[in-house]
Amino acid sequence: MKFKSLIITLFASSIFLATIICIWTIIATLQGLSFTALNFNFNLLLSLGLTIISIFIGNKFNHLLKIFVLSISFTILYIFLSKSSPLWFSGGIFLLILFFTNKLRKYDLKYLNQDFISEKIVFEFLSLFAIIFFALVILFPFYIMFVTSFKTQTALLINPLDLSIDFSKNIFDIFKSYFVIFKTYDFGRYILTSSYVSIGTVLITLLFAIPAAYAVARLKFFGKNFLSTSILIIYMFPAIVLVIPLYTVFSQLGLRNSIGGLLIVYTATTLPVAIYMLQGYFKSIPKEIEEAGLIDGQNWFGIIIKIIIPLSLPAIASVSLYVFMIAWNEFLFSLMFLDNPKTFTLSRAINHLTGDAETPRQYLMAGSVIVTLPILLIFVYFEKYLVSGLTAGSVKG
Amino acid sequence: MSTTLSKIEKKTAYTLLLPAVCLVFSIILFPIFANIWISFKEVGLKDIRIPEPRAKKIVKNIQDNNSELKIIYKLRNSSLTQNIREVRFSDKFPKNIEPIDLDTRCDFKSKKIKCFFGDWEAGYRENFEIIIKDVNNNVINIQNIKSYKPDLNGKSDNILLTTEFTLKNFKSIFLNNNFFELLMTTFYFTFFGTLGAIILGIFAAQLVNQKFYGRSFMRSILLFPYVGPVVALAYTWTLLLDPNSGTINSLLVSYGIMEKPINLLGQKYLIINILGFDFKLRLALTTVIFFEIWRYFPLAFLFILARLQAIPKDLYEAADVDGAGPFRKFFHITLPQITAILSILFMIRFIWNFNKFEDIFLLTGGASGTLTLPISVYQQGFAVSNIGMGSAVSIVIVLLLITFMIIYFKLIGKRANEI
Repeated sequence: MKFKSLIITLFASSIFLATIICIWTIIATLQGLSFTALNFNFNLLLSLGLTIISIFIGNKFNHLLKIFVLSISFTILYIFLSKSSPLWFSGGIFLLILFFTNKLRKYDLKYLNQDFISEKIVFEFLSLFAIIFFALVILFPFYIMFVTSFKTQTALLINPLDLSIDFSKNIFDIFKSYFVIFKTYDFGRYILTSSYVSIGTVLITLLFAIPAAYAVARLKFFGKNFLSTSILIIYMFPAIVLVIPLYTVFSQLGLRNSIGGLLIVYTATTLPVAIYMLQGYFKSIPKEIEEAGLIDGQNWFGIIIKIIIPLSLPAIASVSLYVFMIAWNEFLFSLMFLDNPKTFTLSRAINHLTGDAETPRQYLMAGSVIVTLPILLIFVYFEKYLVSGLTAGSVKG
Repeated sequence: MSTTLSKIEKKTAYTLLLPAVCLVFSIILFPIFANIWISFKEVGLKDIRIPEPRAKKIVKNIQDNNSELKIIYKLRNSSLTQNIREVRFSDKFPKNIEPIDLDTRCDFKSKKIKCFFGDWEAGYRENFEIIIKDVNNNVINIQNIKSYKPDLNGKSDNILLTTEFTLKNFKSIFLNNNFFELLMTTFYFTFFGTLGAIILGIFAAQLVNQKFYGRSFMRSILLFPYVGPVVALAYTWTLLLDPNSGTINSLLVSYGIMEKPINLLGQKYLIINILGFDFKLRLALTTVIFFEIWRYFPLAFLFILARLQAIPKDLYEAADVDGAGPFRKFFHITLPQITAILSILFMIRFIWNFNKFEDIFLLTGGASGTLTLPISVYQQGFAVSNIGMGSAVSIVIVLLLITFMIIYFKLIGKRANEI
């Protein structure tokens, strides 16, 4: 049993360290260092040695002293065996090994001697792998998007892998893509349009959805069950099947290329889910509060304004953020309805940029950063509200 | 008393619902039914504009005569395919101005010229001239003449409102050799995209359900792919996967892992040799499916995580007492607890992925074997400019969707409320 868990630990931990060193190498490559190979096998051997020593030393010495000595000696060994590389790269290797030996702290021979321990060890390392895998897979494209927007066309042609930002240039040159995007491609106008459309959609949706949701949640009327199921069914129908009839009707009514037309469509497509989310929350408000309001002589309108809305602000915030996100990110309808650059939204404008094959990619990425950043900031700041919106909106509906 | 109250209640309910219901009906339900109408017609993109008679007014001086002017109206039928019937024309003049030798189709009465041009065939053009003079032989102010705009109207058939129907669109969809491939591509994309997203979602949820340093940060960034705008993300991935100077290809080539860059989004098949057998992998489709998984696993993650956190802790404590390891706990406690939610999630995500348009459109535009039904609607309607065909494909989508929904409600609909 002891031998089996020892082998598994060695195997899992050395693959783990080798992998993170390789990822660090890739990151360094993207900062302009030229590596011609990943040297996975070399890293693996080195990690194996490190793990063996660390496990056999165990906790006989001071932990801090042990990890520092091990990390420094292995970093020096790494630098000595591989080709020379700048200090920051070696520093990174040192930190990685430090982190790794610290993780190995509890893995001494005594720990490995426990029953059923091997499964636990595999699981622990799998979790570590998963953290790194998900962080890498998700953040890598965002990182590339951000960094590419600071490069120039020629620099990208010379070495597409060097994505380092040259801070020795003056500030105008570093942010050149953004200046060009705003000046030549008129992105200031698109940001305004996108904001108008998104905020407008939120306001109109709330205006329509709150009364409707209140009626569905509280009042008795003929066809209520039918209505609440059809809300969900309607939400399932995709935009793509609506596009052709809406396009023809909007063309004949002259609503294409107008913000008004876009607002109508966005509101209608988000209304079902908004009503669904709000009525669920309204139902959870105790009826007694409203009855007290009724006795005070309030009519339905007064009850909604004075009782329901103040009590359900969190739900309203969720719906608003969710609808805002949908409207800000929407692409299909803006592609269909807008072909005059004066009425473009941000998404449509970026799509328009790619229509010209000559558009340099750093401009495209600068545009992408501009459209992505606001929504990510809003998400991070209001995460709690948006997550409940997402859960209700996208999976239930 | 109570009956009047319930009457008031009903009335209020209908007033509160009316605006929302009207809007949803006109923008969502009406188009679905309009699709049926359009799909039985032969309509092109250019037929959508209602043909209208148009006139451009040009005013010219006549040599050596300031009291006379020549007006040319460039008349045309705006449509190249449809006729306009009973075209009527009228224009106004200032005081004291009269036309000379007026065309027989027109007459002049109280400062107004009115003409009846009859029928104009498709693409009709005419230069209609009149000469005007001032009654008192004064100089005519050209700007004054120009300031009046001629008014034209005529009758034409709106091709969308006629009652001619044809089965041609459906015939060409179903008899097309590619229809089966189109269906299969759509199902591959939908099925594997959904399955992959759910599997990745389980992993992510299992991960975040543990305690580790940076857990809340992890939880936030896991949702980034879904929260970010699809346009920006699709173009970033296109750039990453670009065969010429895309980051991933350049990395692989510079590390010597691959000899030549590979066009992940532009190559239809990749031939893989396993044990002497050649397998054809739909490369571009696979890449698009991976993008789909990457972008939508956060939703599966969110939903599964919510379920995981609701599993009673004592189940795990009991397992600990029995000495069960983490894998056993996962397969014997966690998985049985989440199977119900997984089946619901699968059905719903299946329906949603089936409808996905933007992702594929932005990555490949439906080229290199990634043409799915929603992309086909766009291609038929706007690239080939055949609105009728596009609508017919939409109808196919709607019918399939209804089938899925019936299956969904039959299989899981009742259980959905229990969870």
